[in-house]
Amino acid sequence: MGGDVKKFMYVNRKAPYGTIYALESLEVVLIGAAFEQDVSVVFIDDGVFEIVKGQDTAGIEMKNFSNTYKALEMYDVEKLYVSKDSLEERGLTEDDLIVDVELKTAAELTALMEEQDVLLSF
Amino acid sequence: MKFTIQVSEGPYNHQASDSAYQFAKAALEKGHEIYRVFFYHDGVNNATRLTTPPQDDRNVVNRWSALAEEHNLDLVVCVAAAQRRGIADADESKRNGKDADNIAPGFRISGLGQLIEGGIQSDRLVIFGD
Repeated sequence: MGGDVKKFMYVNRKAPYGTIYALESLEVVLIGAAFEQDVSVVFIDDGVFEIVKGQDTAGIEMKNFSNTYKALEMYDVEKLYVSKDSLEERGLTEDDLIVDVELKTAAELTALMEEQDVLLSF
Repeated sequence: MKFTIQVSEGPYNHQASDSAYQFAKAALEKGHEIYRVFFYHDGVNNATRLTTPPQDDRNVVNRWSALAEEHNLDLVVCVAAAQRRGIADADESKRNGKDADNIAPGFRISGLGQLIEGGIQSDRLVIFGD
């Protein structure tokens, strides 16, 4: 890719099940990791549910893909940000999450988004 | 300016593909470049030539094909999303042991890397969908 590094941010806004956006977003992040860009991933609104511990999908006959988020680190996708407000609104804390994240206020997320070259929203 | 466009929703159910088409057309008319149009999620359903809308309605699929032909556009359908939703070209159909293909003219099936590359190579990545 000629050493052309851009800042890519993936914004996950939807619950992991109910629609396919979360799963197909994760597929983009994993494929995108091979391009060695400056990647960050944000979880906001119901998107925070994507990385909640203890997901059990047996009852809805869907594949539980939540463990895949733990593999992001191996793909050098290490900047994981979570909306502090979205987490709190849902009665969750950092301890409920399956991966290590940085909590960000809305203003901080806005500033981060402003820095990006490419924003992919799911 | 050089654009890559992502279409994330299927035709008729959602206006995303219409808006993306209008955007692409307007951008081209203004002399901008469309580096690639990438169809993802249910957006892959914009690529089936079996689409048969009522005669007094727009044909979303044919419209993309015509624009691609006119401007030599690169219309790319995500292979993983396409497989899930039954969109196949002749090669994909054969590879997966299916009895038919349905891809419309001007579209090609490829990987998600094409979306990332579009983001790298373009000045703007514009996403149409929810």
